[in-house]
Order: sequence, then C-alpha cells, then structure tokens
Amino acid sequence: MKKIIDWYKEGTPFLWLCAGAIALSVILVVGIVGFIGYQAIPHFWPAETHIVTIDTQDMENKKIVAEYYEEKNKVSPHGPYTDILLKTGNRDIFGMDFRWVRDSQITNSVPADNYATFERREWGNLYAIPKNIIDLETQTNVNGEIWPTLQEKIAEATSIHKQLEEIQNIDIGAINYQMEQIRLRKRSLELKDKLTQAAIEVAEEEQNKLSKEYNALNHKLVELSKALNRYSLEVEILSEAGPKTISLKVSNIVRSYMPNGIGIGQKISIYLDRIGEFIFGSPREANTEGGVFPAIFGTVLMVILMTIFVTPFGILAAVYLREYSKQNIFTRIIRISVVNLAGVPSIVYGVFGLGFFVYILGGKIDTLFYPEALPSPTFGTPGILWASITLALLTLPVVIVTTEEGLARIPKAFKEGSLALGATKSETLWKVILPISTPAMITGMILAIARAAGEVAPLMLVGVVKLAPSLPLDENFPFLHMERKFMHLGFHIYDVGFQSPNVEAARPLVFATAFLLILIIIFLNLFAFSLRNRLREKYKSIAG
Amino acid sequence: MTEVNTATKDEQDIVISTSVGLENSKSQPSHLKDERIAFTADNLNLYYGENRALKDIDIQIPEKKVTAFIGPSGCGKSTLLRCFNRMNDLIDNVTIDGQINLYGNNIYEKGVDVAALRRKVGMVFQKPNPFPKTIYENVAYGLRIQGIKSKRTIDDIVEKSLKGAALWDEVKNRLNQSALGLSGGQQQRLVIARAIAIQPSVLLLDEPASALDPISTLKVEELINELKNDFTIVIVTHNMQQAARVSDYTAFMYMGDIVEFTDTKTLFTAPKHKQTEDYITGRYG
Repeated sequence: MKKIIDWYKEGTPFLWLCAGAIALSVILVVGIVGFIGYQAIPHFWPAETHIVTIDTQDMENKKIVAEYYEEKNKVSPHGPYTDILLKTGNRDIFGMDFRWVRDSQITNSVPADNYATFERREWGNLYAIPKNIIDLETQTNVNGEIWPTLQEKIAEATSIHKQLEEIQNIDIGAINYQMEQIRLRKRSLELKDKLTQAAIEVAEEEQNKLSKEYNALNHKLVELSKALNRYSLEVEILSEAGPKTISLKVSNIVRSYMPNGIGIGQKISIYLDRIGEFIFGSPREANTEGGVFPAIFGTVLMVILMTIFVTPFGILAAVYLREYSKQNIFTRIIRISVVNLAGVPSIVYGVFGLGFFVYILGGKIDTLFYPEALPSPTFGTPGILWASITLALLTLPVVIVTTEEGLARIPKAFKEGSLALGATKSETLWKVILPISTPAMITGMILAIARAAGEVAPLMLVGVVKLAPSLPLDENFPFLHMERKFMHLGFHIYDVGFQSPNVEAARPLVFATAFLLILIIIFLNLFAFSLRNRLREKYKSIAG
Repeated sequence: MTEVNTATKDEQDIVISTSVGLENSKSQPSHLKDERIAFTADNLNLYYGENRALKDIDIQIPEKKVTAFIGPSGCGKSTLLRCFNRMNDLIDNVTIDGQINLYGNNIYEKGVDVAALRRKVGMVFQKPNPFPKTIYENVAYGLRIQGIKSKRTIDDIVEKSLKGAALWDEVKNRLNQSALGLSGGQQQRLVIARAIAIQPSVLLLDEPASALDPISTLKVEELINELKNDFTIVIVTHNMQQAARVSDYTAFMYMGDIVEFTDTKTLFTAPKHKQTEDYITGRYG
C-alpha cells in the first residue's frame, strides 16, 4: 500500500498520463495520414484484369473482364461470406462501371492476358482486345504491328489534344478577353455620352482584326480536330452476349496498357504518369477522373492572398493594442471581442462575406468602377478576392492574439535600453521590438494558414465553384483576376465524394485529394516553420 | 564631421550654458563649493499613485565626478536616478512635481524633447540588456537612430566606444557575432559602450555590477574610474564598498529622503547622522 502511495507521490502516474496523451496524439495523426495515404496511393497502380465467370440467378455462367477492386467481409446467419467489388469498366456498354458479387457466385477466374486496359477521356475504362486500326480518311487498315502502331497514334492524338487545348484556352481565350474589353470600353464611353463615330470605328476595326485572328484560329482548330479524329480502333470486348467488336476513336484514349503482360518497371512508369496526371491535369468526367490542378492552384493562391491581407492587418492591430493604447476597460473589451471572434462558426463568416463583401462592397465597386459591365457583375459576385478577404477576417483573431502575446513576451529591458539611447517610441518599435517579435508574428501566420487552408464552408458562399472555366492567374493583363471564381481542394473533396454520380470511381479520388490537401498544408507550414526557425536563430534567447 | 554636427544639434535641444547653471543653483553646499554642477533637483516629489516615493529631494550633482546613491532596498534611489533621464515617464500612474535642472534647464518643462534629453543623459541598467543584434550593431544603434549613415564615422565611433568601455580587445575579432553570446560582464561593458557611443554628458548607472561576478565587477569599477574624466556619473549601488571605492560623493537615502549627502570619505568615516552610521556599519538595511 505504501509503495503505491510513494509511486503516486513521485508523480509516475502523471508522467504516464502525459506520455499516453502524446502517444495517442501521435498515433492519431500518423493514423489519419497513413489511412488516407493507404486509400489514395494504390489507386494509381495499374491493376491486373481477370476473366471472371459469375453464376447468379439472372446471369448464368456469364463471363466478364474485370479488376478486383475491393473486398468486404460480412456475416450472415448462414456463416461468413465476402462481397467483392468488380470494376468491369465499359460503362457505355454495361451502363455501369462496378458490380458487387459474392465470392460464392464466382465460379471461375483466370487472368485476362490478351485484354488491354484503355483509359478513355469519356466513359471511363474499357477492357478489350485490340484488333485493327482504321484510317477513317482512306477507309483502310493501317499496316504494321498493332500495339506499337497504336501507341504511336495515341501519342500523336495526345499531342494534337494539347495543341487544341492551348489554342482554345490561351489564344482564343485571349481574343475573347480582348473582345470583351472592347465591348466594355464602348459601353463605358456610351455611358459617359462620349461615344463618337470615330471611337466606334476604332473599336470596329479592332473587332474586325480580332475576328480575323479568331477565324484563322478556328480554321486551325477544324484542321486539328480532323487530324485528331482520323484513326479509329476496332476492339473486341466481352459483352453480356459474348465477344463483340466495337470501334473506339483513338483520340478518346488517354492511355493504354496490357496490365497482365507488363513488367514492374513499366507499371511504375504508368503509376507515376497517372499520379502526374492527377496533380498537373484538369478534371474530366464531372471531376471523377483526371487531375485536380485547378483546385491545387486555387487553394494555394487563395491562401497566399489571405496571408497577404491578414498578416499586416493583424500585426498593426496587435501593435496598437499592446504598445500604444492605454490598458483600460476599453482595450480589455476589444481584446475579449477579438478572442471571441475566433469562436464564431466559419459559415457565419461565409454569410457575412456574401452579404457584406460580395453584395454591398462588390456591388458598390461595380456601380462605381465597372458600370459598363452591368448588369453582369464584376466584383458583385463571389470570387477569389472576397474568399480570401473572408478567410482573412476569419483568421484575424489568431494573428492578433499570437502577435500580441509575442509582443508581451519581449523583456521590458530592450525597450528601456532603446529609449535610454534617445530613440523615440516608434524608432524603438520598428528597430528593436518588431524585429524581435517576428517569430511570434510568423507563428500567427502559420496558425492562420493552417486554419484557412482547411476551411471549406464559408468558401462555398464566397467564391468556390465545382468547375472553374479559367484559373484566376493567366497571361491576360492584369494577370491576377481577383474577381474570378476558383476551385478549391477542400470543396473538391466534398464535391467528388458526395455530389458525384459515380461513387465507387470517385472514392479513391476523395482520398487522393484529401492526401494532397494534407501534403500542401504540411508544405506551406514547413515553409513558414523554416522561416521562423531562421529568425529565431537570429534572435535566440527570446522565446517566440 | 557628422559627429560634430550632432553635438551641435543636441546643444540646441538643451542649451548648455554653465554660467546660467551656476547662477541658478541655490546656495551651493559647502562640500561642493569647488565643483561645477550638472544636475540640480529642487523640491522633487514623486508619487506612485498615492504612494509618495520621493520626498522633497534637493540635490546637486557635480560635473565629471562620480556620485553614488546608497541606501536600503526601496529607499527610492533607483527612482531618483530614473528621474534624471525621465525614464519614470514610462511607468503608468507616476506623478512628479518639483523640478530637475540640467545646466539650468528644467528637464520636466513642457515641450522638452525627451529623446534629446536621453541622448545627453545615458543610462545603464542593472541587468545587461544588449539588443539581440551583433556587437557592432548594438554600439551603432544609437548612432543610426541619430541618422548617422556614414560607415566610416560609425566604424570609428564603434571602435572608440568599445575601447572606452575596455571591451575592444576582447571583441574586435567578433564584431559581427551576436551580442547575446558575450558573458554577463562583457555584455554590461558593451551596454556601457553603447551608452557612451552617443556621447552623452551624463551617465546614469543603475546598480551596474550587481548581476556580475567579482572579476567583472572589478572591471566595471575600473571602467567607471576611467569614464569620470569625460562624463558626469551617477551610480546607484547596494554595495557600500563599491560606493566607497568608485565614488567621489555619496548620498545616503532612506524612505525617499536624502539623509546625508557629502563627499564619500566623510560619509564613510564621519557620518553626521545616526541613520547613516547605522547603515554603513551594517546595523540595518
């Protein structure tokens, strides 16, 4: 008994409690990242296909080509069994990509060695045996060994696709943008009653020039799409009624491979290629396939803009509160209010952002500066500017509180030392106090970034969309288009996971996107951490 | 060149006219009759809120001599010292009446440029407080504040000040290292160098050696002996031996009053007041 009391007095149980708490936190964090990563990372691995024979009431000994996608162990009154999710692809033929079967319903399963996997721009995967490549222009078969020729034609089509996209997005985008500018200029002159015949003529001339450019580009587009659609591939698929030959446009193929016949090296290269597509590509098929690049871009840009807005503002407020204002009941009320702001649910900020920033402020800006574009709003509609300002408001308390605490931690001796040397208050502030407290300010910034990068709810009201037609940063002057809507990884997760028609196909992408979001937040934080550590080293001996 | 300019500028801020100072000073106490007077406090009272911390202080600080304030903790000696460069302004709730004249100019008058005053009256604190900058930048700080840009002028003054603070030989090869890497004694001498770099006429030392080891203390004391050739020095100390060693004049303070102020030798050998005698013989305090 005494031993236990001693043990208790020594503080050992408390030590174990603390150690347990930290261990639990570490396990949870590692667990989250590990689980999400485990769900996300294998998705891009090229899976092998099998010819599966299924025997059910409505399908007697049907053969289908499929990937084994997922297994779920279940228990029924008759004993345990396993449900298997088969990815059958060929959505255009079967009407669905996936099929659940019981393990007992599978009577036979052999590797589908001569089947190739075709990843398509539309309709998802196709599992089929390539037969013939047809040149549609001459209506003849293309000679040569089929697989290498096919890869060559796919590469050709992909490069044409890229050109097409470039012309459509960049060149034609620029022309449309300029056309719109001309229209707005005309309208603006008209509103000011200064639209002279000369001005109209100038505008028309420019418009004509642009339409000529546009026609030339359009012509090029037509040429390119002709080239794009030149080849067609005949393939044999395994339909419900047995083997069946269909034709497939080569331009519709993103990637093709024989999953059972290739070595590990090739698999790795396909794997990396698919990850690259995910990170740097644009989404396809209602966001369930392709990449998330616009969302990554939007998230990072929004966080950067938010940081630019919130940091100076928060620091100034904190400096005033701590260094200039008298410490009385009034400042105490302000301080309490600031802290309380941090507890307001984020959706409330979203509503405020929409009501105040978008409608009132944005609407005012539109009537003052962009009357020519009305009735279609410029800033009077959700966009990346309002989103970042709303998040800046959301994270403001964090920055103010941490900066103020940092300022309070600076020993009075530094301030007195500086003042005793004949420095004024503001010289002391700028040359001694603020440099020493930069680590604390950056701590505030880190917390703000962490909070903002993960926030979704308010963004849905003030600027995030499911699919943005163009990035907020492009090569048209003024390059940064603060009024544009943008995509965001957090919202992308919600959209793909819960708004998507193809749940099974979307699920790995949800995890992959989540994993990416975590990685980006870690990356942003590491950057800020290293910055802070460098500064701390400089001002060591002072905790920041 | 720049140096000269700033000196002139300072003198415009606080007109130093010794003759006026001498005329203005009230009946000069006998022990100070051969001295020129830097500071004169007249009827100085200081209150922390309701609490009267200094009571009708009248004192004259002789120029280019070391004047020590001794007394038990809480007797107001640091508070009095901080009145001379208006450091008490930084504390909320402090009210001061009476006046302190620096060469005849009341430093508590309305419209006095406090920053300019503090450039004339430097201060060194109990705990060494170098800025978290390099050794060089610490000394150069006060100069940069005054707007001196010329690298050569600053280099010269930094070297001169560090030599003046007997620190040059120890740090000349590491001027660009952090001042926080110096030992406590070195830091305190660096702070003194920083204070003398801006060429004040008065140096206020608030227990400058109380946080230092004996050897560093000795060095600081030697330094004070050197510095009194160029500066008027006022030092607050707990350590009576130190006061006896370094000062020319000593004031014994008790409960916000100056009990006795005379030359150091007399104060320590033949104190007039019983309180003083009790204190210096260690009977209380």
